[in-house]
Amino acid sequence: MKPGEQLKFRDPVRAKALTTRLEELVKEIGRDPISVMHVCGSHEQAIARFGLRTAFPLKLDVVMGPGCPVCITDVPEVDEAVALALQGVRVCTYGDMVRVPGTVKSLADVRGDGANIEVVYGIDQAVELARKSTEEIVFFATGFETTAVATAAALLNDPPKNFSVLSAHKYIPPVMEIVTEMPGSRIEGFLAAGHAAIITGSGVFEAFVNTHKVPVVVAGFEPLDILAALVKLVELVRDQKPEVVNMFPRCVTHEGNKVAQEQLWKVFTPTGGRWRGIAHVPNGNLRLREEWAAFDTRKRFNIDVSRLWDYAPPKLLGQCICGEIMSGSKSPKHCALFGKECLPENPVGACMVSSEGTCRIWHQYGGHLDLRGIS
Amino acid sequence: MCLGVPGKVMSVDGLVAVVDFWGVQKQVSLHIVDEPVVPGDYILNHVGYAIRKIPQEEIAETLAMYDELLDGKPEDLMRQDVESEVGASRERPS
Repeated sequence: MKPGEQLKFRDPVRAKALTTRLEELVKEIGRDPISVMHVCGSHEQAIARFGLRTAFPLKLDVVMGPGCPVCITDVPEVDEAVALALQGVRVCTYGDMVRVPGTVKSLADVRGDGANIEVVYGIDQAVELARKSTEEIVFFATGFETTAVATAAALLNDPPKNFSVLSAHKYIPPVMEIVTEMPGSRIEGFLAAGHAAIITGSGVFEAFVNTHKVPVVVAGFEPLDILAALVKLVELVRDQKPEVVNMFPRCVTHEGNKVAQEQLWKVFTPTGGRWRGIAHVPNGNLRLREEWAAFDTRKRFNIDVSRLWDYAPPKLLGQCICGEIMSGSKSPKHCALFGKECLPENPVGACMVSSEGTCRIWHQYGGHLDLRGIS
Repeated sequence: MCLGVPGKVMSVDGLVAVVDFWGVQKQVSLHIVDEPVVPGDYILNHVGYAIRKIPQEEIAETLAMYDELLDGKPEDLMRQDVESEVGASRERPS
């Protein structure tokens, strides 16, 4: 897409027509609220940046679920990276991970204590560092299938022996089941993240839709993509049609990127594990297969997290409600710390750290304009 | 970290492409993209890896799909919007 062509996806006439349609559909359903969830930080960014929530019908609740890869990286996973760094191992990771709190410390905290933390744009930079050096380089690998495929490709591309991967990669489809099954869940439909679906294909959601009878619409990231996908999703809710619809066909196919999938599953195997604040997610974690033990940080090193217990946990952490925010049951406005003790420059919880975290996005774009209650 | 960025392919050398992102040129790996990529193509980049070649023709298709969605909504609404746009521009002092 040429940069200029994106403007077509922001055309106000189409946007107005779509929001009017959305309003009509919500009126036809006649319930309050109708709750749908998206599972992608990029969707929340687009919704906040373009002020789309002000255009949504009042009775339509568009909730952000566990879609921020930084935020859902679990505390013990951060602890492993922090402990390794304290053991003197050079740890490379994505920029957003550095300030994510572990049980007692973040990577940024121990950097101050002399640990060697390297921020990289992508895994290839970490591999490059390892090639140029004889010291051990660990890549703390986080993110969903879109970044996991990059990790897989790098490992398949003959990395040096002093390079290893501490995988905290997560796989989105299983968490949608968990969030839907949570007691008190009101989620009636999902907007699936377009970029992750580029890898997995829209077909990956069919099993979920068949078992849970909840519609899934794959959505792109331009304002019109999101509005159009919401129109489709609410239409499916109205017609009680649990189906998968791909509203991002310019990027997503039914079967996905097979070349990427092949590499992904050659390197990773899905295992159960916790997502920060959410729950244990069966098959939600991607771990290196046995064949890759030589490049698996957990097999190469004896990671001693017990040394972290000498530190006291940060005082305010007990009041943080990131978990409930990520599962969609609460929003930042329910948090006593939001915008007060918890700020982007001094985050208490993971959701305020990452540019894809709900709290950070709400803070940056002036919070969430909720017109409910104004008649 | 997981933002996808579209860019234009300037040159290709084996499985490494130089891609232009609004004037900034970066190396992008072609290891996981599932179609052949040549200079002039647009790709979607994630952390230094092209995950998708963006087909030009599908942009038009997407817009057509939005229009289709709007079938069944009152025709005059769009017309009203267009008319008020035209009207507003007419009223603007020259």
